[in-house]
Amino acid sequence: MTASAIGALALILVVAPLLPALAGRTVAFLTGRRGAPLLQPYRDLAKLLGKGAVYSRTTTGVFRLAPAVVLGAALVAAGLLPLDGRRGLAGFGGDMIAFAGLLALGRLLLALAGLDTGSSFEGMGASRELGFATFSEPALFLVLGALALATGESSLGGMLGAPLARAWARAPATLAMVGVSLGIVLLAEASRGPVDDPATHLELTMIHEVTILDHGGPDLGILLYGSALKFALFAALLAGTFLPRAAWPAPLAVAALLPALALVAILVGVIESAMARLRLVQVPHLLTGAAALAALGVVLRVR
Amino acid sequence: MDRFGDVVLLLVLMTNFAVLVTGRLSACIRIMTAQGVLLAMLPLASGARFGVHIAVLTAGTLAIKAGVLPRILRWAIREAPVRRELAPSIGPIGGVLLGLAAVGLAFGVATRLPHAAGLAVEGLVPVSLASLMMGFVVLTTRQKALSLVIGYLMLENGIYVFGLTLAGDIPLLVELGVLLDVFVGVFIMGLVVFQIQRELESQDSRRLTELRD
Amino acid sequence: MLLLAIVLVPALGAVAAYLDQAPARRAAWLVGCAALHLALTAVAWRLAPAAGAMGWLAFDPLGGLVLGAVSIVFVAVACYAVGYLRREDPRGGRAFVSCLLAFLASASLVALTRHFGLLWVGMEATTLATAPLIYDPSDRHSLEAVWKYLMICSVGIALALLGTFFLATAHLTAVGPHGAPLMLPDLLARADALHPAWLRAAFVFLLIGFGTKMGLAPMHTWLPDAHGEAPSPISALLSGALLNVAFLAVLRGCQVVHAAGQDGFARPLLIGFGLLSMLVAAAFLLGQENYKRMLAYSSIEQMGILAVGVGLSGVATFGALLQMVGASLTKASLFLVAGNVLIVYGTKRTREVSGLLRAMPVSGALLVTGLFAISAAPPFALFPGELALLAGAVRGGRTWIAVVMILLQATVFMAMGAAVLGMALGPAPAGPRPAPIREDRWLVLPPLGLLLLVLLLGLGLPPALRGALAAAAATVGGGAP
Repeated sequence: MTASAIGALALILVVAPLLPALAGRTVAFLTGRRGAPLLQPYRDLAKLLGKGAVYSRTTTGVFRLAPAVVLGAALVAAGLLPLDGRRGLAGFGGDMIAFAGLLALGRLLLALAGLDTGSSFEGMGASRELGFATFSEPALFLVLGALALATGESSLGGMLGAPLARAWARAPATLAMVGVSLGIVLLAEASRGPVDDPATHLELTMIHEVTILDHGGPDLGILLYGSALKFALFAALLAGTFLPRAAWPAPLAVAALLPALALVAILVGVIESAMARLRLVQVPHLLTGAAALAALGVVLRVR
Repeated sequence: MDRFGDVVLLLVLMTNFAVLVTGRLSACIRIMTAQGVLLAMLPLASGARFGVHIAVLTAGTLAIKAGVLPRILRWAIREAPVRRELAPSIGPIGGVLLGLAAVGLAFGVATRLPHAAGLAVEGLVPVSLASLMMGFVVLTTRQKALSLVIGYLMLENGIYVFGLTLAGDIPLLVELGVLLDVFVGVFIMGLVVFQIQRELESQDSRRLTELRD
Repeated sequence: MLLLAIVLVPALGAVAAYLDQAPARRAAWLVGCAALHLALTAVAWRLAPAAGAMGWLAFDPLGGLVLGAVSIVFVAVACYAVGYLRREDPRGGRAFVSCLLAFLASASLVALTRHFGLLWVGMEATTLATAPLIYDPSDRHSLEAVWKYLMICSVGIALALLGTFFLATAHLTAVGPHGAPLMLPDLLARADALHPAWLRAAFVFLLIGFGTKMGLAPMHTWLPDAHGEAPSPISALLSGALLNVAFLAVLRGCQVVHAAGQDGFARPLLIGFGLLSMLVAAAFLLGQENYKRMLAYSSIEQMGILAVGVGLSGVATFGALLQMVGASLTKASLFLVAGNVLIVYGTKRTREVSGLLRAMPVSGALLVTGLFAISAAPPFALFPGELALLAGAVRGGRTWIAVVMILLQATVFMAMGAAVLGMALGPAPAGPRPAPIREDRWLVLPPLGLLLLVLLLGLGLPPALRGALAAAAATVGGGAP
């Protein structure tokens, strides 16, 4: 447990809500609008946390449990990730499976909560959320597997640490492919375009937004924060893949996280404004492509 | 391991996957053009000393595979009413999965083959085999006559990849003969494709099944 | 120089015929080039020049046999085409003669080359030269046939190219960069040093690739369509010349494998493909209703016999090579006669043809004679070949192969015999023209000449030919009786 790891964790917890805002701001800029202020998410969160919650009489405990589990899973996952480029707060051998599993747990509770409302809209959102996950999760596993094979490490701290820099020198093409695949997975997991459209509030086209439609007050605030944190975690994973910082001095490695996350958010915004949202049937095609890229990376490494 | 050659080979694999996922014929032709450009880069990566031989081979590959062949194919479908592969027996996801299986199989076979001397690029044999098998996937799952020609080209390109790295050891005359044969072959295929869509007004090779016993 | 001329004469003739504006003179170009080619081939047989064209080309007994058969068949087809062109519009239009001559050039290249790369180039060129000849713009069936022919053969030949590259790799891996890889003499000289795994892979791909072109089952599916739909002279050329050229390409692979001492790997493959081809041919011949397709399946059967013969080795290989020469001439003759029948009767359906012997006495007699010749009945050239083949099987301790072959061939004979006799006998059709019809000399003499040659070869094998057959058989591990 090092100071740099704690510092990096604190940093990402603080700046996480900024990322969706920055991506949205980029889209707004590219489409000729001004967009919401960057600090708006914090104000929204403060407002939501100050409110009381209203629960439908048809809901059960699962509905109330969901926000806590989503946030908790994301927090633990954040602890596993080597945010300072060295090792996570609680890294261990094979923790990459725990990382993927925790995020899946959050998604499961979210879907259950959506179904719990008994509303067909939330049910549709939950079904889409899980349907796409069947494609994005294998892709994520293949990405992590390819990284593990390329570096010979089984913990996130190892595979994003010093061995990764050596692997980049050895097999840049493979890692580039894996990185692109991870980028696509990020778009899906963070519910950004062209997979999802975070700006819409039309139920038929939403995926993530519609699943949490019935949550209000502090619950909604926690869910929003949780999904922002998930975005931040994937952004950090992507940044760690393309930019191994193990050899850098610790303060610099932590500080570099900030521009790296910002860059990822801006890139997401650029992609979102450059591409129309995919038709729902095409989303699995995109995610299969991502999985194929990562699988190719695995094949190229297994020899 | 030759870095440049490996990247080119990877991109060749990517273009094959791209053909497997796309149904639009014009897009397939564009992808094959890109593949032709990639193939033209391979002699440079083959490790043979740069000279007249390599230069002519690169220029010839570029001219035929990236220049003439796509033009012939585009000519062949210029009057086609339907420019999509309408009824592939597998969708894009199935195509990708079969492609992945082909790549896995190719790498598995290649590691069992004895190491080949004279191959400058390590990934050459598996990529060649994988392209060959992916060409077969296209040949067996598509119905449009032009798609089959593209499958044949993929298969041929896979074999060509293998041949290009023997560039130093195979006489230029033979390599150019191979290129010429492929050119004439695709030219005649293009003519036939054109006639098929004229005749059947659908370009669907499944309707060419009247000759049987 | 002589060898180069054998390839270049038809190639230049093809260009000249295309540039010549007068359609009548194109036929003259065709016959002239064919005759010149035959003369040059005869000279080559006499002189047996060692190597020419910077070592790319050479004359050896194996190539010489195929070259001779191709040249003779081509002369017959060229003469036939003169009569044929008077009646039918040629397919391929102006390019008809040029395509024929281009085929002759590429087939000669395959027969003479010592370089596996050039061999491949020549093989693919034969496909491309013949494809336009099969295609008839007004006939949808021919479109289907040419499409299958092009796609299946091109894919098959592409696999053979991979086999060729594997062969080069086998050379480079084990021998290193000494000598030219893919040059037949260099490969044979260092054969025992070739890398066995790569060599085996190479042989498999060469066999499948060139076997596709040769019509071996299960890669034969294009053959009945192409041979059935092509105009008759082209069918004769495909059956009588092209299949043997493809067989030669397979034999070149066998040569290297034999020299490398890998016979144990190659021979079972050859026997397996061969027997399967015979089985498939026999099955599809039973109840075959189209006489051109019947002849096509008979070609598949012949190719199966050849593959089995080479696989059996010993005397059987000698027999197979003799069969190759005999079947090449006989099958060409049969397809030409079938063309005559088609011109007069206007149908390919066996059941709608009857009374050939009354209506067209010469063609009818040739058809029946040809049936016996192709079934290896004495005294035709295929008979001693067949005997040597069966003797080789029995002597090699594989009597069961001989039994299976005899059973399959008996089936084929019965199926073809029933069809041919049905066509030949019976009343002549009541038509506007009284039977017998006066038959065009150009259309009758070529098949007659071919059959006479088969008869002569059967009555007594010239010593030069016997020596060439024995020498050719020895290169793939066979022996003379």
